[in-house]
Amino acid sequence: MRNAEARTRIFDGALWAVTSLAIAAALYAVFLYAPTERTMGDVQRIFYFHVASAWVAFLAFFVVFLASVLYLATRNLQHDLIAASSAEIGVLFTTLVLITGPLWAKPVWNTYWTWDPRLTTTLVLWLIYIAYLMLRAFAGEEEKTARFAAVFGIIGFLDVPIVYFSIRLWRTLHPKPVIGGSEGSGLHPTMLITLLVSLIAFALLYATLLRLRVRLERARREVRRARLALNA
Amino acid sequence: MSYLRGIAAIYWKDVLLEFRTRQSIGTMLVFCLTIVVIFNFVFEPGSEAVREVAPGILWSSFAFAGILGINRSFSFEIDRGGLQGLLLCPVERSTIYFAKVLGNLTLMLLVELVTLPIFAILYNLPTQINLPGLALALVLGTLGFAAVGSLLSALSANTRAREILLPVLLFPVSVPVLIAMVKSTGPLLAGRPFGEVAGWLRLLLGFDLLFLAISSIMFPYVVEE
Repeated sequence: MRNAEARTRIFDGALWAVTSLAIAAALYAVFLYAPTERTMGDVQRIFYFHVASAWVAFLAFFVVFLASVLYLATRNLQHDLIAASSAEIGVLFTTLVLITGPLWAKPVWNTYWTWDPRLTTTLVLWLIYIAYLMLRAFAGEEEKTARFAAVFGIIGFLDVPIVYFSIRLWRTLHPKPVIGGSEGSGLHPTMLITLLVSLIAFALLYATLLRLRVRLERARREVRRARLALNA
Repeated sequence: MSYLRGIAAIYWKDVLLEFRTRQSIGTMLVFCLTIVVIFNFVFEPGSEAVREVAPGILWSSFAFAGILGINRSFSFEIDRGGLQGLLLCPVERSTIYFAKVLGNLTLMLLVELVTLPIFAILYNLPTQINLPGLALALVLGTLGFAAVGSLLSALSANTRAREILLPVLLFPVSVPVLIAMVKSTGPLLAGRPFGEVAGWLRLLLGFDLLFLAISSIMFPYVVEE
């Protein structure tokens, strides 16, 4: 028992250290190593945080989906702990995407928002997972919360590609001047390296947050159970 | 065969109940008309912009009114332990789901049937509406909305928040259906030929089948007790 505890502590410390280093490296790469973009200037540097947040958000929601399927299959509440925590972190990173996006769009596209498929899908995605968190808050007992959230976590995730598909059709049938730059194409090698470093840093940050959040959630549930036992 | 009989029996129970109590249909209808009237205040009287946004107004009214009926389809079962009774029926669980979809589809289509002519008059729509096409679009669109709605209604009715939660859950998930509904209704309202929206209608049919399939698989997990 004490051995396991010590091992967790060592792992935690290592995770913290690696995450902090990665974030420091990402900051260095984004602000000092990466070259300044020719047309957009310094504001383009937000790209590294914006894209990394978006990818980590998708990763987080994919984890929710997997944990939901696993929960329904095994009924092990451990999976539900992960789903609940990952959804919250996913919403956090999606919020970051929705904040950094307009900040970048205003100077470059001269508008905070445009109803392009990717932007619209991200907004709908954000709404779906906020609904997921509200469902969790209102469901009731622990087992029911886990079961309902798993059902919605599966449907919500399967819905996202369908939403994207339908919005893209809706937009292409309604031609509009293209304002979006193609950010993925022809990235300078140093920019690509910076993006990768930033991605790794954000993924590590996700892992650290998830671990903390799962632990908090577990403690919270133990307290609730203890309180129920006292009242009974 | 007995599967279909099960669906028909539960569906008939709901129809009879609604016919005798008239709890949902009246409220839905009045609410739907109210929304149509309220949207009218958004525009200058006689403005041409109305025609462009007419399908959006129409579907917003149908969806908002539909939420009322879809909400009740499970919440009234829970109030007096009706759901326990349904679960004791010697049928597969998904039978209940399909019966509820059918019931919600019927309710919403009735509301749409009454609202549409009034809407056409109030908003001064052109008279050459493509009626057969519009009927098909209404059925397909409403089916998709009811397919997701019935499952999520079973979810929300079983929570502490009850009716408040359903719109929050349902609207973002049904975005694909809402887009396809509005896109296919627009040209049909303007009397355009069927071929122009065939793509959207096929897509709508695809969404319907997809949502029915996913929801009927998930439904037993919601009502297990």
